Amino acid sequence: MKSHLIYGKVILFQPDDPFSPPEPVFDEAWQAQALALANSMVQSGHLTNTDWAEALGAALKVAERDNAPDTLDTYYGAVLNALETLLENYAGISAESRQQRRADWEAAYRNTPHGSPVEL
Amino acid sequence: MPTFDSDRAAKLHRELHSHLPSDPALRVKTLESLAVERGLVAPESIDAWVEAYSEHIGPKRGARVVARSWLDPAFRERLLDNAAEAIKDFGFQGAATGHLKAIENTDDQHHVIVCTLCSCYPFAILGMSPAWYKSSEYRARTVREPRAVLKEFGAVIPENVAVRVWDSTAELRYIVIPQRPSGTEGWDEEQLASIVTRNSMIGTERDLNTEAL
Repeated sequence: MKSHLIYGKVILFQPDDPFSPPEPVFDEAWQAQALALANSMVQSGHLTNTDWAEALGAALKVAERDNAPDTLDTYYGAVLNALETLLENYAGISAESRQQRRADWEAAYRNTPHGSPVEL
Repeated sequence: MPTFDSDRAAKLHRELHSHLPSDPALRVKTLESLAVERGLVAPESIDAWVEAYSEHIGPKRGARVVARSWLDPAFRERLLDNAAEAIKDFGFQGAATGHLKAIENTDDQHHVIVCTLCSCYPFAILGMSPAWYKSSEYRARTVREPRAVLKEFGAVIPENVAVRVWDSTAELRYIVIPQRPSGTEGWDEEQLASIVTRNSMIGTERDLNTEAL
């Protein structure tokens, strides 16, 4: 299903076109990786399905309250917010440690010659 | 007046060629590397999930389950009694799906599933949910005005057919068993499975098309 542009606003809710060709399941690799991370946390017993559903539900409510557009970007943004909250609450991964790690990754991307694998 | 600064030029050149991932991609990378480092998740399990749901696990699984329930009355009974157990016949069980309940459409009853809280879905037999299933509009309106929503999907439910909405949770998810269309007498499981659509197992489609083959 494609989202539709109406008056410049992206509208997600649109029943799919039965004649359209099959589409990739994920638009971006990071979307799959984010859901995979949540699933792996459940599989490894660090979270329950309910922890995940409640955190995602809360993040989606915040997005709705803020009048975020009803799009996949908003949905996956909520997925990321929920993951950050859960990892902070259940594993003590603070905003500061995230900032530091992200800076490390950005530096690694900048300093790695194009074409080589980026590693920390 | 601009000056030539070789260090600055070199830095700018590196940045232009760095192909820095997008903001959300960097957020995921950050979380994943911290979670792996602390032993919360194994990188292999993340890779395995991505591959499974990108390439292998999709609604053809659910279609096979539905087709068997049409052909095998004993399987149908087990499916309606405990779907999570019954789908083990196919090796389709998935921990992420939790408990699973199969609900069967009849001449006077139509079922449709939603997750009003977030996006709970029977992933292990239908694969990833469609984009619209995750939208706040579908999640809100399906409960409030199911017939109107179904009509937008092209499923006009006659007045004498009751519509029941099932709200999925983290612990209990649903799959709709659509009605077997007439004109499919004598078909085998594979033929039958080929006409069962994803939307019919969510309930946003009611009448299956036998000419889809």
